[in-house]
This record gives sequence, structure tokens and C-alpha cells, in this order.
Amino acid sequence: MKSAIINARIIDTKNDIDDVGGILIDEKGFVEAIGKEVTKNNVGDVKIYDCTNKIAIPGVIDGRVFAGEPGFEYKENYRTLSQAAISGGVTSVVTMPNTDPVIDDVSTFDFIKRRARDKSLIKIHSLASLTKNLDGNEITEFGLLKLSGAIGFTDGIKCVQSNNVMDKIFNYAKNQNALIVQMPQDNELSKNGVINEGLIATKLGLKGIPDYAEHVVIERDLRLLSQYKSKYHIALLSSGKSLEIINEWKSKNIDFTTGVSINHLSLNENDIGEFRTFLKLSPPLRTEQDRLDLIKGVKNGTIDIIVSDHKPEDEESKRLTFQKCATGSSGIETFLSLALEQYHNGNLELKTIIKAITENPAKIFGINAGSLEKGMPADIAVIDLEKPWVVKRDQIQSKSKNTAIEDKKLQGKVEKTFLNGKLVFEIQ
Amino acid sequence: MALFKTKQAVKYEKKHLLGIQDLSIPEIVHILNESQSFVELNRKENKKLSLLKGKTQINLFFESSTRTLSSFELAGKRLGADVMNMNVSNSAIKKGETLIDTAMTLNAMHPDILVIRHGDSGAANLLSRKVNCAVINAGDGWREHPTQALLDAMTIKMKIGKIEGLKIAICGDIMHSRVARSNIYLLTMMGAEVRVIAPSTLMPKEIHQFGVKVYTNMEDGLKDVDIIMMLRMQLERMDGSYIPSTREYYEFFALDYKKIKHAKEDALIMHPGPMNRGIEIDASLADDINRSIIVQQVEMGVAVRMACLKILMENQI
Repeated sequence: MKSAIINARIIDTKNDIDDVGGILIDEKGFVEAIGKEVTKNNVGDVKIYDCTNKIAIPGVIDGRVFAGEPGFEYKENYRTLSQAAISGGVTSVVTMPNTDPVIDDVSTFDFIKRRARDKSLIKIHSLASLTKNLDGNEITEFGLLKLSGAIGFTDGIKCVQSNNVMDKIFNYAKNQNALIVQMPQDNELSKNGVINEGLIATKLGLKGIPDYAEHVVIERDLRLLSQYKSKYHIALLSSGKSLEIINEWKSKNIDFTTGVSINHLSLNENDIGEFRTFLKLSPPLRTEQDRLDLIKGVKNGTIDIIVSDHKPEDEESKRLTFQKCATGSSGIETFLSLALEQYHNGNLELKTIIKAITENPAKIFGINAGSLEKGMPADIAVIDLEKPWVVKRDQIQSKSKNTAIEDKKLQGKVEKTFLNGKLVFEIQ
Repeated sequence: MALFKTKQAVKYEKKHLLGIQDLSIPEIVHILNESQSFVELNRKENKKLSLLKGKTQINLFFESSTRTLSSFELAGKRLGADVMNMNVSNSAIKKGETLIDTAMTLNAMHPDILVIRHGDSGAANLLSRKVNCAVINAGDGWREHPTQALLDAMTIKMKIGKIEGLKIAICGDIMHSRVARSNIYLLTMMGAEVRVIAPSTLMPKEIHQFGVKVYTNMEDGLKDVDIIMMLRMQLERMDGSYIPSTREYYEFFALDYKKIKHAKEDALIMHPGPMNRGIEIDASLADDINRSIIVQQVEMGVAVRMACLKILMENQI
């Protein structure tokens, strides 16, 4: 049966839509019509969802997610990830290859593809690793993995250190038109570091990671990129100064894209307080100035996408000293609401945020989503922009509860999520 | 007669003693005033009290220690507590048990006080949230070693009669030193002018924001100081990773008769121990009875720890 969302404020940045109207969804779950003319009287006998005073946007694409499969199913699996995702309006995710075994060959890739098909509600788009077993030495089969469906290549939480290997990666990826995704961090400069280097690190007595551990890798990668002009995406930025380097290279017509996690737009090193392990992130949270610079980066387009960097960790991995505990926070279901905070506090325009979590990731990762023109899969998030709520640990859907923003008051919540035209989530 | 005659004293009423950062000036004054009676007691023939009779004190040391461990053991025993030392090198921790599991196990034995030393910053804070008894931090990572700072302040006060207005230089591996951090907090709070002297590779970032003066050479840093606190230099930091060699460090940063001339004529030397003679300090200078008050530090250590144990036990009632 066909269905229709009506009376919603529809925001689709790709098609430059920001108007009250409706979306007609055909029997197969694709968008049949969108706009003012889709009203209750015009759509005929279809299932109607009246979304007066609500916002309808393309289903959110989360560009950096750790899914737990295979090997870490006790932290997260495709089923729990899906539940968490749809409750936050996320309908597509880009998953990382930091699994056990590592997603570095065709057979493992095929295995997770089948698992995702059978177990996942949301759309899983997997990145394979850049190097075999994430060891930074030998490049993986970019061509064969791409044929299998890998949308790009990354060592995920690891960063390729060797200049020689990175040179070969850029060079070879060009042949295969493969997307390279890198989290820039120099291993030696960040060795044993657990927190931003500076006053807080000194106070807490923890080994710091200097921001230039990020800069040196960005400089190197962009230098190499300028030789080959391959497809390159910087997964996560944490330092404001990185933006200066990026703009310098962009002014030389070097083409690449960048991302930032919502954590780094919302929190800074001070929030770690007295050793709050859920706020131990990689890259680390940095200063308030860095946070403000990163927001500016999103605002002026230097940063293309915002991601949740959803990294579920079980209790045992976080109930340790700050030095020993795992990095990362669970955040896929609070992702959109937390991003809206930057709209409510006046830092970012609504359409800038939406573009960075729908249109842009779709373009970078080559995903058929992120917009709602006729013929697109009807993946849609309906949001109550004003609804206040509080993040509570016991209400988290993800298998792991390591949220960095427990008890935080947020404004704006997902009311309904549609996936391929089907209502898969509705707020209680 | 109280040690501090003019300063207001307020009893410390928190459950745990985790760091100098959590203390106020009147609370520090109170702890040091309390310590004074124990200094006197410890010099008597009969040193035993029964203030902590029936109480159980567990010293949980994840890092090797001789003087701090024996100091806490003696302090507990002189107050009448039953003291148990946990030797972690042959315990379950080495078999993969987490700190919290160990804490829960010990907690089930109903101790009244846990004294913990751990290599990770924040370990004592973590433990204190999981157990019912009082926790004393006997050193956590690079963060704090509050009883060391208290005993250092006690030593200075007993020896010179004041802390306020003194120029005190802390020299050596500031970056990796919890002793330095706790002393910086305490001595600046008490009104001393604190200087830190270290090669810049061993100087923590933003340390000037702690209200100290930062020096990278001994001659300038030691100028006119009343007290020189030398820190222990870990040998593994001098293999080219932070410092090129031991002899280069000795030449530029060790305290010897030549460098001490820059300090006040009667400047005193302190060291938290154990000392590396011939590496951070000239061997005979360390033994110079006109200069070195290192032995007094050890003596004050027992008294200050007795005061801390007593105060925390009173807070439990």
C-alpha cells in the first residue's frame, strides 16, 4: 500500500527544498512525489501520516560506526545497532573494519555482507581495511573488495604510519578509484597518550596527545595526495589548527573531504572532569577553542560531514582507570539530537547540519540515500525540533551504554523513522 | 600548643583523602596541627595508642614501595589498628583481575581504611567510589601523593617555622612526578613562592598555570631559594628518550656544591626518596647534616600519616 507524509516541513538540502508539504511513497518504498502538491486531498486512498509542525528529512547517514560484527557481538550486533539507529533517525551507516577477524579480505567481507542482509534493519555500508590485519604494512585487495561491495578503505581507529605504505596506497587506489579514509594520528607522538596534551592532562597526571600528532599526518597525506589525486577523506578532526592546513591545501586545488564527530562539536577536554572514562575518545577531546573552530569549520564548509563515531564498549572495557580503559562512546541514537543542539544554540543553521548528515555523506561514500527526489528509497526521519528530553543510560537501545552525554538535556527528538517507505520507528 | 598559632584550622570532614586539590588551607592547617602531637608521641618510649583499636587497615600497593608502605604500616600500628599489607606482585591482579574486582573483594572483608598506591592516575578516585571504607591515596600515577606533600610541609614548618613567603624550588622530573604536583598545590596554597626546574622535555605542559615559576636551568631557578626539593629521576628516562645521558643530566640538573651556591646560604635540601646518589644529587651533599633534612621528612611521614588515619577514622563515626 502506498503511504504519504503530509503537512511536514520538508528539508532536503540536495534538492534545495525547505517547505511545508508532503512525500508520497509508492508500494515498493520509493519516493513517488514530493512537495506542496502532496496533500491529504491529492494522494487518494493511502496510509496518511500527518506530520504537522514536524520536520521531515532524508534518513540520517552516519559516516562512522563500529558495528561489533564479527568478533565483538557482545558490544554491539547488527540487530541492536539497527534498533539504536532507527530510534535516532539513522537509516544508513558506514561501518569500520576494526573487527575480529579484521575485514580485510573478500571472504570476510562477504560474510558480514550476508550477516548484515539477514540481521540488520538499517542499511549497512562497510569499509574494508586499508592494510591487511590493520598492521599498516600490506595493502588489501582494493579491486576485489570493491567488486564485493566495499565502499571504501580505512584502518578505522588506526592510522597508516609508514610513508612508503601510504604512498603506495594513494598510488594504487587511483587505479581502482577507491576511496581512502584515514583517521590522522601519528603513533609515536601519541604513544601512550590518553587525553589532549595541556593543562587538563597535567592536572590529571595523564600522558597527553599533542594536537600536532594530527597535523603531521594531515600534512603528509595531503602532500602525497597532491601527487596522485586519489579519493581521500579525513575521517575525524579534533584540532582547530588542522583546518588551517586543510584550507591551505584546498587553495592549491587539492580535492578531498573531511569529517568531525558530534562529540568534538559538543564537548571539550574539561568535560572529562574527574576521569570520566566514557569521554576518553580517539582522537581526544581538545580545548574549547578547538571545539569552536571545528564548529566554524562545519559552518564554512571546510568540514563536510558530521558523524556519531559510535563506538560501543562493554562495561568491562570502561570500568578501568582512565589510562587503561577503551576509547570511544556510544552515540548513534543521540547523534541527531545532539547535532540539533548546535542549531538551538545558534552556532549552525539547520540546513548546514542536515546537509552534513545526509547529502554530504551520501556523496562522499557513494550511497544511494541522503535526498528525497522521485525514485529515491523513502528513508525518512520525522523530527519534533522543539521536544525537550534527557539522555538516560537505561533508555539506551545500543547494546553498550557508554554514552558521553549521560543526563544531558537535549532539544529535538526523532518521532518517526521510515526505511524504504516502511514505518520502522515511532516514539512512544 | 598548636603548630600554626595564627592560622585558622578547620577539621577535614570528607570520607577519603585523595589529593591536596580537595583540601582547603584551614584543613591543611588542622592536619598539620594534629600531626604535631604524633611527632611528640613518636619520640617517646611508649609509642602505642589505641585510637584505632579494632579497626582494619589494608595497604594495597600496586607499585613497589619501601618507605611509604612502612610509614603507613607503622602509623596504623602505633594507633592500634590491625594492618595488613597486600603484596600485589603475587595476587590476582597479575592474573587479570581488574582494580574494581580487587576492590570489591577487599570490600567484602570489611576494612575500615584502604591505603592505595597505583601506577594509574585516578586509581584511588576510582576505588573510592566502589568501596564503603575510607580511602587514602598513597600515590596515583603522576597525579597526586597527598601525604608526601603534607609531610613535606610539616618538615618545613617544624624546621623553619613558616611556609608563607619561602622560596621553594622543585627540581627534576616534574612531568612524571605526583610528588611535584601535590607539593605545588599545597605550597602555593600556603603562600610559598614555588619554582619548578627541569629540562623542558620533563616539564609538563601549561605548568605555569599552577601558579609556579618555570625554569630550565638550575642557576636561575635556585637563585635565593630557601628550600630545594629534589625529585627522584627514573633511570629509564635518561636513555635518550627525554635526556641524552646520565652524565649530561648530572652536569646540568643534579644538585651539587657548585649549584647550591646560587641558593640562600642556609638553604635546605629535601628529597622524597629513594635517592639516586650521583645522578640527581651529589652523594655527600645528600648527607650534609647542615643542609639535608631528608631524614626529618621520613620522621614526619609517620606522624602525618597517623594524623590522616585518625582524622578519617573520626569521620567514619
